[in-house]
Amino acid sequence: MNRHHLRGASLAAVACAALALSACATTGQGTANSEAGGAAKPSKDRSLDAGLDPATTLNPYPSTYQPLPRENFAVVGATVLTGTDRKIENGVVVVTDGKVAAVGDAQTPVPAGHRVIDARGRYVTPGVIDVHSHLGVYPSPGVQGLSNGNEATSPNTAQVWAEHSIWPQDPGFNTARAGGVTTLHILPGSANLFGGRGVTIRNVPSVTMQGLKFPNAPYTVKMACGENPARVYGSRNQSPSTAMGNMAGYRAAFIAAREYKAKWDKWRETGEGSPPTRNLQNETLAGVLDGSILIQNHCYRANEMAMMMDMANEFGYRISTFHHATEAYKIAPQLAANGICAAIWTGWWGFKMEALDAIEENAALVDAQQGSCAVIHSDDPELTQRLNQEAAAALSAGRRAGLNISEEHAIGWFTSNAAKAIGIADQTGALTPGLRADVVIWSADPFSIYARADQVFIDGALTYDRANPAYQPTSDFELGQPGYGLTAANATVGAR
Amino acid sequence: MRLSHMIAGAVAALSMAAPAVAQETVAIVGGRILTGTSVIESGTVVLRDGKIVSVGSGAAPAGARVINAAGKTVAPGFVAVDSGLAGTEVGSVRGANDLRNSANTLSAAFDVSYGLDPWSFTLPVARLGGITRAVVVPQHPGSSGGHVHEEETAGAGDGGFQTPGLFAGQAAIINLGQGSNILVKPRVAMVAPFGEAGAAVAGGARGAQFVLFKETLSEVRLYARNKSAYERAGLRNLSLSRADLEALIPVANGALPLIVTVHRASDIQQVLRLAREEGIKIILDGAEEGWLVAGEIAAANVPVLLNPISNLPSDFEVRAARMENAAALNAAGVVIAIKGNEGSTHRAREARYNAGNAVSHGLPYSAAIAALTVNPARIFGMAGQFGQIAPGAAGDVVIWSGDPLEPLSQPSAIFVNGVEQPLTSRPLLLRDRYLQPTTMPPAYRN
Repeated sequence: MNRHHLRGASLAAVACAALALSACATTGQGTANSEAGGAAKPSKDRSLDAGLDPATTLNPYPSTYQPLPRENFAVVGATVLTGTDRKIENGVVVVTDGKVAAVGDAQTPVPAGHRVIDARGRYVTPGVIDVHSHLGVYPSPGVQGLSNGNEATSPNTAQVWAEHSIWPQDPGFNTARAGGVTTLHILPGSANLFGGRGVTIRNVPSVTMQGLKFPNAPYTVKMACGENPARVYGSRNQSPSTAMGNMAGYRAAFIAAREYKAKWDKWRETGEGSPPTRNLQNETLAGVLDGSILIQNHCYRANEMAMMMDMANEFGYRISTFHHATEAYKIAPQLAANGICAAIWTGWWGFKMEALDAIEENAALVDAQQGSCAVIHSDDPELTQRLNQEAAAALSAGRRAGLNISEEHAIGWFTSNAAKAIGIADQTGALTPGLRADVVIWSADPFSIYARADQVFIDGALTYDRANPAYQPTSDFELGQPGYGLTAANATVGAR
Repeated sequence: MRLSHMIAGAVAALSMAAPAVAQETVAIVGGRILTGTSVIESGTVVLRDGKIVSVGSGAAPAGARVINAAGKTVAPGFVAVDSGLAGTEVGSVRGANDLRNSANTLSAAFDVSYGLDPWSFTLPVARLGGITRAVVVPQHPGSSGGHVHEEETAGAGDGGFQTPGLFAGQAAIINLGQGSNILVKPRVAMVAPFGEAGAAVAGGARGAQFVLFKETLSEVRLYARNKSAYERAGLRNLSLSRADLEALIPVANGALPLIVTVHRASDIQQVLRLAREEGIKIILDGAEEGWLVAGEIAAANVPVLLNPISNLPSDFEVRAARMENAAALNAAGVVIAIKGNEGSTHRAREARYNAGNAVSHGLPYSAAIAALTVNPARIFGMAGQFGQIAPGAAGDVVIWSGDPLEPLSQPSAIFVNGVEQPLTSRPLLLRDRYLQPTTMPPAYRN
């Protein structure tokens, strides 16, 4: 089950440690910087002026995230879906110092001093992870001054970083959290072949982007197949205007990135001549080539995904996740064989030609393959609040097709598989001892339409409580707006 | 052509045009029945000649085909409102979209009923979501359709379209039964955007749109009083075409309801005032901020078509959007109908989930069922004709494996006008092609 993730992680580790390549990027707090920089330094002094050496500026906007105030606790009495295919009735989840410390049946000991949360009749799951979000970059309100999701000025904008567009006051972060979302992967839009870097965040209120950033999560890059780039640039009489134009554009970019990477590698090895000029566009793609930056590829059609897989072989990199992937079910064995996740909707179809063949059973059919990685995603600020329901519809469709899928398995579609898809399965996505204690207590079975997230914990800290207005944060934008301070149908003031 | 062929052709045409009438009597027994207005824990529903003939605790009539629904839930077919079903196939394919009109000379007169395709592949998909009727509306710049980010990347191409005036055109009611005759009633309501979208039509400001709207109604009334003068060019120039003027007469005299797409609380207040001043009958569509003025909407006896999951301040006219809007409006006494997502076409089937979410945010369960069934029928003047399990109503009945608002429930039988529908769709055909690997390519699995 972990094959996909391990493979990605080990490749990146090999690249960073042994080859000392230029872009062992993480979004962490500098640890990877010093390690990579140290490894990259040859004996001869080749230090460059500030900002000119990619190896020493891998993470210039580091995470300042700190967990909210927290206490040790244990949730008892609930039905626990661990995210690892396990269901425990009347289970116990122990959280110590922000980590999952123990998960087990009713006999699991609760350490002295831990607060006990009685969750009898309720459900406990890992925090929801949405691998495809534009919160903050396409925030609410969706007005011109805040729409920063598509740098649709050139087909290749691998040099832009979604984190630089995030407006942390997007009220959608709060509504997502009320739906159990603890981790979000924020992507640029799909206008371009290379839309730019994506970033993974902790879903906590923050004044700055850095305060949201998920420590030590790998950077990603958004690529887009199909209709969008061809339409956006074709309408400007510019390449790409066709599917074949798209392919030519990707290939040209990877050729350039290969050359760029070779120049840096050579300069590091020999120290001869002038150092290469830093190029942010090539730097991102060089990170793809060395395995440290994960490809998140908007790609609907089976035929296009098959070509993207060949192209990965052509240039020697791997694809982490196909997004939307409406036709993933047509090539489910190939996706599993290549260890590629498919992040998909259940109900969206027919809004354009490449979404025509979307079926509700997509996740279930992808999932049916050995070694597969089916993920339910949103790409939408409303749907992200209800990924459990989208997964329930996918589960229902799978069962209608005669597939025997359990709830404890399907919960992984928006928890553990989602963590794999964005390279953070070693940190979160499951109720496994040692992982970050991202935990949701649901009022009922999360596959029921009536289930609400009662309490949401991020790194063991209570960040949302449906029953307690003190834990229902609102963004600055919401203060003093129409309806502010009023309650609708007995909802609490902060609730949307 | 020989006479016998002509007669045969005429008979065929007649049989095509006639509503599908079920010959058999069907008795659905033992299920939990949601009638639309009440619950029968275990009862019998009898369908005959396309209609529901009885509902209650009685036994199945002799000779009826009996369907055992023990352990299942029997509900009226749901009614999609604010829908595009049968009016568009693929959102981005302009030629297959008959919901959008951008003629300069035709706005209010635009009649969607001519463009509805009974063979649309959108219909079986929606039907599998329990939908058996739809109110199909013309699209306009304020419509709830569209995939936001796709539209944002669409540039000036297919994503945008011009609207010629204040009115988007006229809605129609269809049934979702298999066959050629889906049209139930054309021209059941006029549609007009207000708020930001309506203001944009009038030049950019709300104050311009309201004045223009009142001026238009005044021209319609002038025309209605002076048709013969108009015909001999003895009337001053009017801003609308004759077809538009004609179409608006029933709006101006209060006979035809106007679906007003409007979001902001203050705009709702202005629209309520406009309706009162002009004596027109309105249905609010959207009304995300409706809860702020719920009492006023209820006092005006104006119904609301809403999407209960619209809770984000996605623009400046929905800053007060809340998940509790449906519950608050219902509690105030407003008759509500619950919509599907994205223009209730491809995602019309999600209306039942939207209703479930309204329930988890305070709407009583019975009100949520009503908002999918009897309320839409009432709102569009079809009370008793469909949308409920009651004697005399159309035989639109769905048997569910469980609570129809739950995603884990699926329909096990669907009747439209008393005729059992196949549980198939184009997506299910695709599913079956790829469900199992075969030696020959999937293309050979038909």
